[in-house]
Amino acid sequence: MSGRSVDYVPHSADDVRAMLDVVGASSVDELFAAVPEAVRRREPLALPAGLSEAEVAGDLRRLAARNTPASALVSFLGAGIYDHFVPAVVDAVVSRSEFLTAYTPYQPERSQGVLQSIFEYQTAICELTGLDVSNASMYDAGTALAEASVLAGAQTRRGTVLLSAGVHPEYRQVLVTETAGNGPRPQVVPLAADGLTDADALQAALGDDTAAVVVQQPNFFGGLEDVAAAAAVAHQAGALLVVVADPLTLGVLEAPGRLGADIAVGEAQAFGGAMSFGGPGLGYMAVTQALMRRIPGRLVGETVDLDGRRGFVLTLQTREQHIRREKAASNICSNHALNALAALVHLTWLGREGLAELGLLCARKTQYLRGRLLEVPGVNAFTAGPVVRELALRLPLPAAQLVERLVPAGFLAGVPAGLVAGRLPATAAEAAALDDVLLVAVTEKRTRPELDAFADAFAAALGASPSSTSGVTT
Amino acid sequence: MIAPPLPGEPDRRTIYEKSCCGRGAWSLPAADVPEVPLEELIPEGLRRSCAPRLPEVGEIDLLRHFTGLSALNFGVESGSYPLGSCTMKYNPKVNEVTARLEGFSGLHPYQPEALVQGALELLYELERYLAEIAGLARATLQPAAGAHGELTGLLLIRAHHLAQGRDPRRIVIPDTAHGTNPASVVMAGYEPAAVPSDAAGGVDLEALQLLLDDDLAGLMLTNPNTLGVFDPNIAAIARLVHEAGGLLYYDGANSNAVLGVSRPGDMGFDIVHFNTHKTFSTPHGGGGPGAGPIVVRDILVPHLPVPVIERRDDGCYFLDYDRPDSIGKMRTYYGNVGVLVRAYTYIRALGPEGLKRVSETAVLNANYVLEGVRDLFDVPYPGRCMHEFVASATPLKEKSGVRALDVAKRLLDYDVHPPTTYFPLIVDEALMIEPTETESREDLDKLIAAFRRIAQEAETDADVLRQAPLTMPVRRLDEAGAARHPVLHQRFDDDGEACS
Amino acid sequence: MADESYPQELHYHKEHDWARVEGEDAVFGITWFAQDALGEIVYAELPEVGASVTEGATYGELESVKAVSEIFAPLSGEVVEVNDALQDEPQRVNEDCYGEGWLIRVRLTAPGQIGELMDADAYRAFLEEA
Repeated sequence: MSGRSVDYVPHSADDVRAMLDVVGASSVDELFAAVPEAVRRREPLALPAGLSEAEVAGDLRRLAARNTPASALVSFLGAGIYDHFVPAVVDAVVSRSEFLTAYTPYQPERSQGVLQSIFEYQTAICELTGLDVSNASMYDAGTALAEASVLAGAQTRRGTVLLSAGVHPEYRQVLVTETAGNGPRPQVVPLAADGLTDADALQAALGDDTAAVVVQQPNFFGGLEDVAAAAAVAHQAGALLVVVADPLTLGVLEAPGRLGADIAVGEAQAFGGAMSFGGPGLGYMAVTQALMRRIPGRLVGETVDLDGRRGFVLTLQTREQHIRREKAASNICSNHALNALAALVHLTWLGREGLAELGLLCARKTQYLRGRLLEVPGVNAFTAGPVVRELALRLPLPAAQLVERLVPAGFLAGVPAGLVAGRLPATAAEAAALDDVLLVAVTEKRTRPELDAFADAFAAALGASPSSTSGVTT
Repeated sequence: MIAPPLPGEPDRRTIYEKSCCGRGAWSLPAADVPEVPLEELIPEGLRRSCAPRLPEVGEIDLLRHFTGLSALNFGVESGSYPLGSCTMKYNPKVNEVTARLEGFSGLHPYQPEALVQGALELLYELERYLAEIAGLARATLQPAAGAHGELTGLLLIRAHHLAQGRDPRRIVIPDTAHGTNPASVVMAGYEPAAVPSDAAGGVDLEALQLLLDDDLAGLMLTNPNTLGVFDPNIAAIARLVHEAGGLLYYDGANSNAVLGVSRPGDMGFDIVHFNTHKTFSTPHGGGGPGAGPIVVRDILVPHLPVPVIERRDDGCYFLDYDRPDSIGKMRTYYGNVGVLVRAYTYIRALGPEGLKRVSETAVLNANYVLEGVRDLFDVPYPGRCMHEFVASATPLKEKSGVRALDVAKRLLDYDVHPPTTYFPLIVDEALMIEPTETESREDLDKLIAAFRRIAQEAETDADVLRQAPLTMPVRRLDEAGAARHPVLHQRFDDDGEACS
Repeated sequence: MADESYPQELHYHKEHDWARVEGEDAVFGITWFAQDALGEIVYAELPEVGASVTEGATYGELESVKAVSEIFAPLSGEVVEVNDALQDEPQRVNEDCYGEGWLIRVRLTAPGQIGELMDADAYRAFLEEA
């Protein structure tokens, strides 16, 4: 038989024979004698036959070609995952095999590179959020939020968490699902007419069983919440404030720590991460000093070696599962370290000035586009107040319909909010009222000609619907 | 900025300490929309009052910094990495190519389904491959890590029992279990109960029976277990647990031993998680990201998280959210797709013969190393091992006070990453060694030689071992000091400059 | 670290804690054996003044780098003083476990329990058996 399929095992047949001799077995099969025949699989697995590297690469290319990447259209998709520019240095660094293929740094003497980069990443998150302690990364915003809720419950010894309806439906659903067996019971606080958390409803819901209040900034609809006010009422009731804070907009938005947040969590994919169909992204969590011993996930700390030389180590490991086991703050073991490194590289490339300029550019473009879109009859802003990277509009027809109409024109017009909420049990009840709401994200990648062309196509697509000021169309 | 060190001295400054005001690598297109000032865009209470103290360096300094950090590290391509239960095998480069194809990396999760059929096909097929390897019905690719898969599986067990009108509270786990197991059990709202191991290293059946009443929700096992032992009683254990109304969860961390040899579904397990960053070659990345997909038996399929990837008769894939008995969602969007593309590529490349060869060689290599070091240590479970084995450094401790920790640190001087130490908990001074299938004979001989040399040093020069490592960028670190007075981020002075 | 010792004037509990009775009060700490097993202590979690502790039940935790150990009360009482110096210098428990490394002082609520504790010789014998 000619050809050879992929084989990463270096041994030749001779090697195997010689090694079997050393081990004292006459065949490889003998090595599995301990496996009872009743559970022994004799037929080959029913999988497609192996391939050469050329063929498998070709197969993957064929599959990739069956997708249309967002870059092939003009995309305004957001809702947690954003199409920002990632500089080439990021991939150059994370592709280095000493970072890419390294294990968790449990042997610090041989892992100073990973450890120091995590320390630098933790610093960056603390700087962005204005909080004291960041962990070494988590999976995503949803699971980070679930962990934050459990933390608040453990810290306050209370049993309810108040979740603003402005928090991303997927994050809310993940919190509900993950804490179903163990954690504070979530309760929703609705939005007011201005698309922001209803302050009166929040006040009414607060009680002495409230462990935490959770708001998102910017919220799911792009609106800017009054975080300081939420902090004040939460603290007055003895509860913690958790802010789900988008990290990129923290270049222009106030740090949640400075506004009274006790915990900040969120999705940091925009820093250094490809959209990659939603994962792996980068969940982050930062807390105040008071919560340091309860934060889940790995922590890197600075120390010295026997010669007094500076070094870094995983520290406060007694919080974690490998030591505390059933009493651990969380079961998290593997995290998203490489994504954290990518984020660090991107933030280093941006620097203080670049991040602020980037945030400003996004805010300018977002507000410009909003202005243009609000000119279209029947289109209204869902949230009052400024927007910085994403906006929500009430349309005169179901948002999903408009999105569909604009694809052939070359636009991914945005995310229908009702669609996201409607298909998740935790938020399905809110979906009907959101059927006509569209989320439109604007990053620095969107040029003026694209924004203007979009606004024109948007108007045309709405003008094409049978005129009806009540908004509902067939 | 903190001044650079003198020539010849290593530069251990952080990126913040290398920063200099006014420097930067960034570039950005000019604003092509009206340049409204920030003050007009965002009101004062919401506007950033104090810029984050991010680094300020030029692009070449950025690269020199991270290149320098990478040189302090050790990856799979640097040398052997025999970490037990971690399966540090070769991470194929072709996987890096396929994961970066823009047709995968450039997809937004909320793109219309018609535009992402290739991605849905890949994920759908991957589920099928994993189901075949596991010997069970259907999978979910949502979990981002093994521990996350464990929590998912336990929540599925919970949903199953509740749907039957029951609420048993106990999950049994062996005393050899990885720490994530009991932690996951508590997160799911259950009570963990430990079952001891018998003299042969398997589950003590008599002790297990005492825990099987109608408060039993399930049992979590890994097989072969963390001692490297394949439990010969697995079928009996499965029967007993099922008879008591419980479900069986397979922690797939050790799957590298049994690919194509024995399937957890055939052993009697109801739920399996795989660690793609162990068994299926996806890179560890310094701690992650990995993926922990789970595969389940028919009875649990209705409870799988949404969305489930389905295929219509016309061959089109879609995301099915219409599943009323689903537990909900375990994470945002669909899974660590970038990681899953790598796992798919690996399975597709190896095929059934390749996967079987993986396990055969993993077991051969572990036994080869075991033969080479058996006389140096106490090996608690004699005879053959599977893909890993546990050795106790107690003989060294008794003769010369040298501990597993010292052995591990000295291995660093011999260009080998140390094995797992002090796990499982039931073995004193444990060294858990898993070479994996991608080590050549020379590298295995080198590993054995390093252990033999260290055992000799323990007799002749134990002090060297206690001082080890001696050739690394740093010596042993003051971990107690780091924990007593944690310094978890850069310090800055009042002017916003980094200080050490 | 100090040499192994078990002062005669103390009373010992099987969970490796000692009590020094001083009139109506007692001071608690952990024995040399316990601190040696734990390794370098990095953090002490102790109750607040006013809390009650119950004989045989845990009242706090001691952490080293790689382990956590619960602290058991040898006698029942109400906490009247806590060794706050351990917040900055938890290693005192290793260096001087019977002196500067004391943990809490309680007002005893059941002095009769003292009789159930071991003396130094009995505790040494207890360690030998284990």
